Amino acid sequence: MILVAVALAIAAFLAVFLAAPVASVFHAAFASGAGGFTLAHFESFLQISLMRESFWNSLWVAGLSVVFASLIAVPLAYFTVRFRFRGALLIQTLGVLPLIMPPFVGAVAMQLLFGRSGSVNLLLNDAFGFAIPFMDGLNGVIFVESLHYFPFILLNLVVSLRNIDGAMEESAQNLGASGWRLFRRIIFPLALPGYVAGASLVFVKVFDDLGTPLVLGTTNMLAPQAYLRITSVGIEDPIGYVISVVMVTFSVAALWASARLLKGRDFATLQRGGTSLQRRELSPGQQIAAYGWVGLVLLLVLSPHLGILLMSLSRVWSFSVLPEGFTLAHYATVFAQSKGMIVNTLVYCGAAALIDVVLGAAIAYLILRTRLPGRQLLDLAASSALAIPGVVLAIGYLRAFRGLELPFMQTAFTASALALVMAYAVRRLPYALRSCMAVLAQLHVSLEEAAENLGASKARTVRRIVVPLMAGGILAGFVTSFITAAVELSATIVLSSSASQAPMSYGIYLYMQSIAGRGPGAALGVIAVVIVGVGTYASHWLLERRSAPLARPIA
Amino acid sequence: MQAVRVEARNIQLAYGTTPVLRDITLAIEPGEFFAILGPSGSGKSTLLRLIAGFNRHQAGELLVGGKDVTGIVPWKRNVGMVFQNYALWPHMTVARNVAFGLEERRLPRDEIRRRTEAALELVGLAGYGDRRPGQLSGGQQQRVALARTLAIEPQVLLLDEPLSNLDARLRLQMRQELLALHRRLGLTTIFVTHDQEEAMTICDRIAVMDHGVIQQVGTPVELFDEPANRFVAGFVGSVNLFEGELRAGDLFVSPTLGECRLPAGLAARPPGPACLAFRPHAVRLDAAGAGGGDGLGFDGTIAAAAFQGDSVRYEVRVAGASVIVEQPHRRRDIGWREGTAVRLRIASDELRLIAA
Repeated sequence: MILVAVALAIAAFLAVFLAAPVASVFHAAFASGAGGFTLAHFESFLQISLMRESFWNSLWVAGLSVVFASLIAVPLAYFTVRFRFRGALLIQTLGVLPLIMPPFVGAVAMQLLFGRSGSVNLLLNDAFGFAIPFMDGLNGVIFVESLHYFPFILLNLVVSLRNIDGAMEESAQNLGASGWRLFRRIIFPLALPGYVAGASLVFVKVFDDLGTPLVLGTTNMLAPQAYLRITSVGIEDPIGYVISVVMVTFSVAALWASARLLKGRDFATLQRGGTSLQRRELSPGQQIAAYGWVGLVLLLVLSPHLGILLMSLSRVWSFSVLPEGFTLAHYATVFAQSKGMIVNTLVYCGAAALIDVVLGAAIAYLILRTRLPGRQLLDLAASSALAIPGVVLAIGYLRAFRGLELPFMQTAFTASALALVMAYAVRRLPYALRSCMAVLAQLHVSLEEAAENLGASKARTVRRIVVPLMAGGILAGFVTSFITAAVELSATIVLSSSASQAPMSYGIYLYMQSIAGRGPGAALGVIAVVIVGVGTYASHWLLERRSAPLARPIA
Repeated sequence: MQAVRVEARNIQLAYGTTPVLRDITLAIEPGEFFAILGPSGSGKSTLLRLIAGFNRHQAGELLVGGKDVTGIVPWKRNVGMVFQNYALWPHMTVARNVAFGLEERRLPRDEIRRRTEAALELVGLAGYGDRRPGQLSGGQQQRVALARTLAIEPQVLLLDEPLSNLDARLRLQMRQELLALHRRLGLTTIFVTHDQEEAMTICDRIAVMDHGVIQQVGTPVELFDEPANRFVAGFVGSVNLFEGELRAGDLFVSPTLGECRLPAGLAARPPGPACLAFRPHAVRLDAAGAGGGDGLGFDGTIAAAAFQGDSVRYEVRVAGASVIVEQPHRRRDIGWREGTAVRLRIASDELRLIAA
């Protein structure tokens, strides 16, 4: 009975804060003025040339970002798994660093480094008399997004490659395959599931990202258009909802396509006691080439971090290769003006992460340990949040909860911090859920049966055995939810109504709007990176300490 | 196809400073079904992988068909290997798996198809080409792995513990099929196993390995009847082995078994430490007091009896030693009860004196 109540409570939460807002978006997109079904809004969407352009731009940017992210990630993953490579672990760790910085934070720094009059182009111009338009228009978005999101491919691919049984390769060699053909016919196909999982994620993330294009001033894409329509034209404008529906459709389609492609293809061929791919030695020439290339990539990958750090410390930095003087004044400004935002971030994200681990642990238990009918639906519903772009969810909140006032507070729900917390919680629930499922799946049922055999009731078994044993996964889930919520901008921009109740991510965005605000914005960005970095390290440490035996692909 | 000879000459191989193969010298004749038998860690798999080119030896020569193959990469050796876990690629159908090596050899398309079908036919899996490896049983996967290797018509066939992943009944069946296949193809086949029964039942000759050293090479009967040392005696079949000292006048003194006079001619060696060995089934049990017969006789007491169906295994106390005795079981034979006093007799022919 308790189980049913818990399941119903979770279902109610998901219905109110996930299903209803998304449904209201779909309703608004397809409802005619009289309340009937209509495709008229879609027709007008297609008739606006800016919309058509935005649609193709979003596809183009997402597609090319996958291509460039793959160009960075595939060789990095292959080289480090495949060859005896000094510092392979360091490279894999450094390769993950981009994830701990929100892409929109790095975007401004990238403009200073790679923009038309940025450091690199100034140097190029001096030396060779030409410049490369890295950051012009869509190029800038593609550049920043692929540098930011390639770790998704890297991490998944490394796990896949490591799981290939060495005998798979040796048998191919034994039958006459080697070199490029061996890679193309055996290694890459076996690692394909990891690649596809990572690549589809990159596609969806880029397609849905609002912060980066907004910060770079590239508004002719779908996510910025949805945001601008709703905030400037108004909440009744149907085009905003049509855009939202298009975005959800593409996200779902991309995830569905990758799931379909991967169906029945669990190629983790490494068996217990088997050996994985043998590492090979590189010749001195190959070593120089490989290290040179890896060094270049790492430099590129770390440039947003370096740039933002320089920006936060620089007095003036424009039209010069490096800043023209250093100061700590920006940090002082930030602490004077925006301490509230830092606190807000900690409170909101903490609350959202708490909701996530409670729900995640409960859903994991229901799925893995009970035979409750329909329990898989909870997993499906919670995980489907992955396919809902932050802008769309936030727009759904504005629509579904408009006019709803919080009791005793005289404020609208959508103007309150509660809306932000709920949006964060719903968006990050899949992360916490994965984390909880992973640990619970590794716990043998006999541990619980032993407790019951010795007289503990189900509830006491959960409290005394399951929860303590899951603690590592729960904590890791909490940290993952927390840090990803801390850098969430899409929902934040839409739902933040005043600076006093806004979190840091919104603060950074506000600062970055003006040239004068860039210094403090960067300083706030550095603080965000530090918070996220510490959090990431903590979750790693927690997982390692729990000695979770299997590396888990990020998704 | 001409079967080839595989020869190792003084091969040394070490992983870092750990020696794995020590001075391996071995000749496998063309068309032979040859087993490398040893416990895990003995170096047998290392030797097999060396022949396939996945390991490199530091000293010595490895000849396949009279040519030194040292330094030839695995994909140029044409030495087919069936892996212990079959290593079938899950992303390809059975037919694609089997065709792989032929495609790598850039053969014409219709020849690839023909030889793929022929190879599947050979292992009794005609018509299974469109399935995925995951849809096959363990035994079928084994056959696909075999077909994939045979399709390239290798000079030598290497089998790495090929039967270890199968259940007992299937193992017996596959054993017979491997043997039949070998008879048909006449391919030089090297079979690595830790199962002495497996090696003895199907192989022409066996090399017993331990600690990276070849202990003895011979036919199954030679190994069983004339083990060269204690390890071989104990690893190939079970054995009663007693340490002791050989003294002048054919006297063998064992701290556990006591003193006994060996039959003339057995101790063709100078006095010194030695081991007396005989197989459990070579012991005859009679009621206490029974006399006569050649060879060695002892008085003992049945300490334990274990009925095994076709035989009964007794543990008999003799002086301070425990002797294992196996007697064939006949219908309604109730055997010897525990605690019964018995007379043990081992014929001269069955006794062996082995270096300590």
